Amino acid sequence: MSRVLTLPDAEVQQQSSPRGRRAPVVSLAIISVFVLVGIFAPLLSPADPYEQTLRLRFRPPVWEERGSWAHPLGTDRLGRDVLTRIMWGSRISLAAGVLTVLLASAVGAAIGLVAGYYGGRIDAGLMRVTDATLSFPVILLALILAVTVGPSFTNVVIAIAVILWARYARVIRSQVLTLMELDFIAQARLAGAGGWRIITRHLLPNTLNTLVVLVTLQVGYVIIVEASLSFLGAGIPPPTPAWGSMIAEGRDVVTSAWWVSMFPGLAILLVVLAFNLLGDWLRDTLDPKLRQL
Amino acid sequence: MSAAVIDVRNLQTHIVTRWGTIKAVDGVSFALREAETLGLVGESGSGKSMTCLSIVRLVPRPAARIVGGQVRLDGDDLLAKTDTEMQQIRGRRVAMILQDPMSSLNPVFSIGMQMREPLAMYHGLRGGAVRARAAELLASVRIPSPEARLRAFPHQLSGGMRQRVVGAMAIAGPPRVLIADEPTTSLDLTIQAQYLGLLKELQVRHRFAMVFVTHNLGIVARTCDRVAVMYAGRVVEIGPVRRLFTAPSHPYTQALLASIPRFGVRQARLTAIAGQPPDLATLPAGCAFAPRCPHALDRCVTEAPPETAVGPAHTTRCWLNVPA
Repeated sequence: MSRVLTLPDAEVQQQSSPRGRRAPVVSLAIISVFVLVGIFAPLLSPADPYEQTLRLRFRPPVWEERGSWAHPLGTDRLGRDVLTRIMWGSRISLAAGVLTVLLASAVGAAIGLVAGYYGGRIDAGLMRVTDATLSFPVILLALILAVTVGPSFTNVVIAIAVILWARYARVIRSQVLTLMELDFIAQARLAGAGGWRIITRHLLPNTLNTLVVLVTLQVGYVIIVEASLSFLGAGIPPPTPAWGSMIAEGRDVVTSAWWVSMFPGLAILLVVLAFNLLGDWLRDTLDPKLRQL
Repeated sequence: MSAAVIDVRNLQTHIVTRWGTIKAVDGVSFALREAETLGLVGESGSGKSMTCLSIVRLVPRPAARIVGGQVRLDGDDLLAKTDTEMQQIRGRRVAMILQDPMSSLNPVFSIGMQMREPLAMYHGLRGGAVRARAAELLASVRIPSPEARLRAFPHQLSGGMRQRVVGAMAIAGPPRVLIADEPTTSLDLTIQAQYLGLLKELQVRHRFAMVFVTHNLGIVARTCDRVAVMYAGRVVEIGPVRRLFTAPSHPYTQALLASIPRFGVRQARLTAIAGQPPDLATLPAGCAFAPRCPHALDRCVTEAPPETAVGPAHTTRCWLNVPA
C-alpha cells in the first residue's frame, strides 16, 4: 500500500534546483580568475606594466611569426607587455565596476526605500529627480566631468554612479510599494515600530534579493561604460593600464598589430558575459518576477 | 463597576475622495472594562475596520483623517498624543491582530528573530532572555515545541500557526486592549474555533479588553459580552449579546439576524436585506438605513434618530424606539 502512496515526483524535485537551472560554474570560474589575477597582478604578471622597451615595439603573440614567450600576447606601441597590462587592467575594471555599483545601489536603494515608504510629496519629488537622472546619458555626463575636473579613477566612479543610482531607486521603490500592501508592515506599525525601524528591519531585508540581482547584472554594464569612457579618453588616464584605453591605443594599428586592441577587448567580453550570465541565473533563482531587468 | 479601560467617545473619521468627503466613522462611542469583549459587526464598508484603525491612529493618510472625538485609554486621550508617544503606546498598551495570517509575518526572518523585535522594544530584553520569553509566549498560544519553532520561517508554518504567532506577539506587552480585526476569517472552521478559544483564554489570563471585528454573528454570540452593530459609519445599536440577539430593537439588527440561515429550518430562499448598501458619499440627511428599512417613517428620511435607551446598557438609534 505504501508504495501506491509515494509521490514519485517528490524525489526528482528535491534533486534539481527549484527553478531548474544549474549554477553557472563557468561564469563563476571566469570571474574568480579575473579577480585573483587582478589582486595578485604584481606577483603573477611576467613584466612591468609601465616599462617601455621601444626596441621591442609591436611584437606579435607567441604563436605568430616573430613572437616569443617573453611576451605571450605581444607588445604595444611602446613595447609594453600586453598580457601584463591586461592583468593589471582587470584591477581597474573590476574595482571600477564593483565600487560604482555598490555606491549607486546604496544611494539608489536608500532613495527608493524612502520614496516608497513615505509616499506623497516626498515620493513625487524623489521620483521626478530619478526620471530626470534616467534621461541623462552616462557618457555625456562623464565627458563633461572629465573635461571640467579632469579624468581620474574616482571621477569615473562618481560619474557613472551619479546616473546609475536612479535604476535602483525605481526598482526598489516599486518593490516597496508592493511590500507596503502586505500585512506584516501594518502589523509592525501596530506593534509600535517607527519609520526607521520599518525601513531597515522590514523593507530593506525584503528587497535584498532584488538588489543582489540588480547589482550583479549592472557590474557588467559598468565595466563596459568604464571601458567606453577610457576609450574616449574621459576615463582612467594613461599610462594606467585600463582595458578601454588599451583598445584605444591599438585603434590606429588594428590592421597591422591587431593584438594590441584584440586581447583587452576579449577580456572585457569575457568578464561582462560572465557577470551577465551570473546575474541571469541569480535573477531566475532568487527573484523570477524580475524578468524585465 | 470598575473604570473603563478604553472609552471611545463620539469618534469621527473622514475620508476625502474624488466624490466628496465620506464619514467613515461618524460619532462612534463605546466603553469597555477589563476582560470585557465587544463585538463590532456590520457589512463591508460600515466603518468597523476604520474605527479600529482610528483607535490606534493608523488611518490611511493623507486621505483619511480623524476629525473629532476622544479615545481614552485608562483615562489618557490617545487622540491628543504626539506621533512618538503613539509609537510607545502601540503594541505595548493597545495591540491589534489583522485578518491575513499569510502576510502578517515578515517572510525573510525566522519566528524567533521577529519576536525579538517587540520584546527588545517593550521590555529591553536581550540575548537568552529574549529567546526564553519568546518560547514562553509561543507556548502560551499553544504552539507545540516552541523552542524549535523559533527557528522556523513563516512559510514553514500553517495559517493557523502563523496567526497564533501573531497572537503571541500581540500579547507581548501585555496590552490593556486587544483589537482583533477578523482574526479568524481566513482560517479553517475547526482552527477558527480553536483560535477563538485561545483568545478567550489569553483574555482571562491578561484581563485585556477586546474589540472583536467580525461578519460572523455566530462568533459574536460565542465570544463577546456586548455587541455594537455598525451601519454606514454609525453604531445603530449596542447592547449585551444575549439581549441584542433575543430582542433586537433596530430594524437593521433585526434584518441582520433574520438573514442568518438556521439549521433545521427549511427555507426556499435565504432572507436578504432589501436594497443595496448605502453609498457613503451621498448619505441621506436622516437615518442611513431608511431607504432599505421596512418600517421607515417620513421623519426617518429627514432627521437622524437620537440614541435611545431600550434596556439596561442597551441603546439604539431608531425613531421607532423614541417615545413620542
